[in-house]
Amino acid sequence: MSETNIQDTRPVKVEVKNLTKYFGDLHVLDDVSFNIKKGEFVCVVGPTGCGKTTFLNLLTKIYTPTSGDLYIDGEPADPHKHNLAFVFQEPSAYPWLTVEQNLGFGLDIKRLSAAEKKKRVDNIIRILGLEKFRSSYPHQLSVSTEQRIIIGRAFALNPDLLLMDEPYGQMDIKLRYYLEDEVIRLWKETGSTVVFITHNIEEACYLAERVLILTNKPATIKEELRIDLPRPRRFADPEFIKVRKHITDQIKWW
Amino acid sequence: MENGSVRLSLSGITKTYSSKQGGDFTAVQDITLDVRDNEFLVILGPGHCGKTVMLNMIAGLEQASSGAIAMDGKRLEGGSDSISMVFQKLALMPWKTVMQNVEIGLQFRGEDKKTRREAARRYIELVGLAGFENAYPRQLSGGMKQRVGIARAYATNPEILLMDEPFGQLDAQTRYAMEEEIIRIWQQEKRTIIFVTSNIEEAIFLGDRIVLLSECPARVKEIYTVDAPRPRDQISSEFLSLRELISNNTDLAI
Repeated sequence: MSETNIQDTRPVKVEVKNLTKYFGDLHVLDDVSFNIKKGEFVCVVGPTGCGKTTFLNLLTKIYTPTSGDLYIDGEPADPHKHNLAFVFQEPSAYPWLTVEQNLGFGLDIKRLSAAEKKKRVDNIIRILGLEKFRSSYPHQLSVSTEQRIIIGRAFALNPDLLLMDEPYGQMDIKLRYYLEDEVIRLWKETGSTVVFITHNIEEACYLAERVLILTNKPATIKEELRIDLPRPRRFADPEFIKVRKHITDQIKWW
Repeated sequence: MENGSVRLSLSGITKTYSSKQGGDFTAVQDITLDVRDNEFLVILGPGHCGKTVMLNMIAGLEQASSGAIAMDGKRLEGGSDSISMVFQKLALMPWKTVMQNVEIGLQFRGEDKKTRREAARRYIELVGLAGFENAYPRQLSGGMKQRVGIARAYATNPEILLMDEPFGQLDAQTRYAMEEEIIRIWQQEKRTIIFVTSNIEEAIFLGDRIVLLSECPARVKEIYTVDAPRPRDQISSEFLSLRELISNNTDLAI
């Protein structure tokens, strides 16, 4: 496995302490604690139905925890102060805006200068290779391209935390490989802090610097493991297979 | 695997749609292939490449623009009672129980209640849903709903089963579970199966042979024979080599 003595010296961006969530009597999350470093790409995996989406919703503060705390840059997480961006499974581009306008949308709310906004949007368009679609509307594009724009928009915000919930769930496998490479490019170029939730263990191995493995409900963190394999990773590489198999063995219910 | 007799043959099948604005769109171009008795044949291709159109033509839901489809040597127009289909979006009737959903095809055929119930019960048990006869679709998980769809397709005792990405809406882990299930079901009640997917790993896990289609307009790129004994191991080196081979040959439909 990827044992490593190399310390991760990046500062802590997000700190989760003793997060617990009950919905009535249903105990979904139990005493979850972990840190995320600034600029880290973390994947969260767990068995089907373990509470990953609840976990995500607590991080985004859509739900309030039953107990426990969330800190960003050492302060209690506050939607008014901190910038959280999310990407979900269904693309949600604004149909009345062009690609360029969609990418810049969150930046208007941030009140950046026009020059800074243009710089960020142009950068994302370049990374995504969407120059010729700058003035197109979402309905003129494929579903996968629409999702790529949503993801680009999230990265353009340079958020404190970027949360992604199975954004590539329904896409064909060749397209998935392409999109996974693309999200890594976006991440590397923007230095964003990313938490990516997926049921797909191979995808988690492909993307993550670190994987958090959840148990079944009430979910806790069963294991955290670092993946130090060089990029681009190869699904047939014996070291990759070892990590994938280990995580699968921790989760497998089928 | 011994070559069985040919049950279904497609000869030069083409499907072109004309639009009102002029300009034709060809979904399927000149496809010729044979389907052998009791084989598990997988049709693999990138998303939106004409795979569903192909199945629809076999089922008689759409008509080919040119070419011929024959079953047991006889030309097929408008499908056959011996051909059943499982869809990705199942359209189970929400106001009907599992039992009532499964027996529906037999009901349309005018079978009496006793016969219908016996047949439905048998296939409900086959797909592992014994005890859920009186459940409603909303009470079932995604994987369970797909099992109802499979039981429903088997219930009319078809000779050929068409399956259109039946696991495409399921999460990656439930998908693995259902792949094992469909092989178990097929081995217990052998039929000729034509299974469409855009997932290479799924194709290799399931198929006796894999027909790889190009992106639109869909043509046959290559046909692979998978000799490996079942159950297959997704992380064995043979499996991974074949996966790399097929992946390198698959078009990216971005």
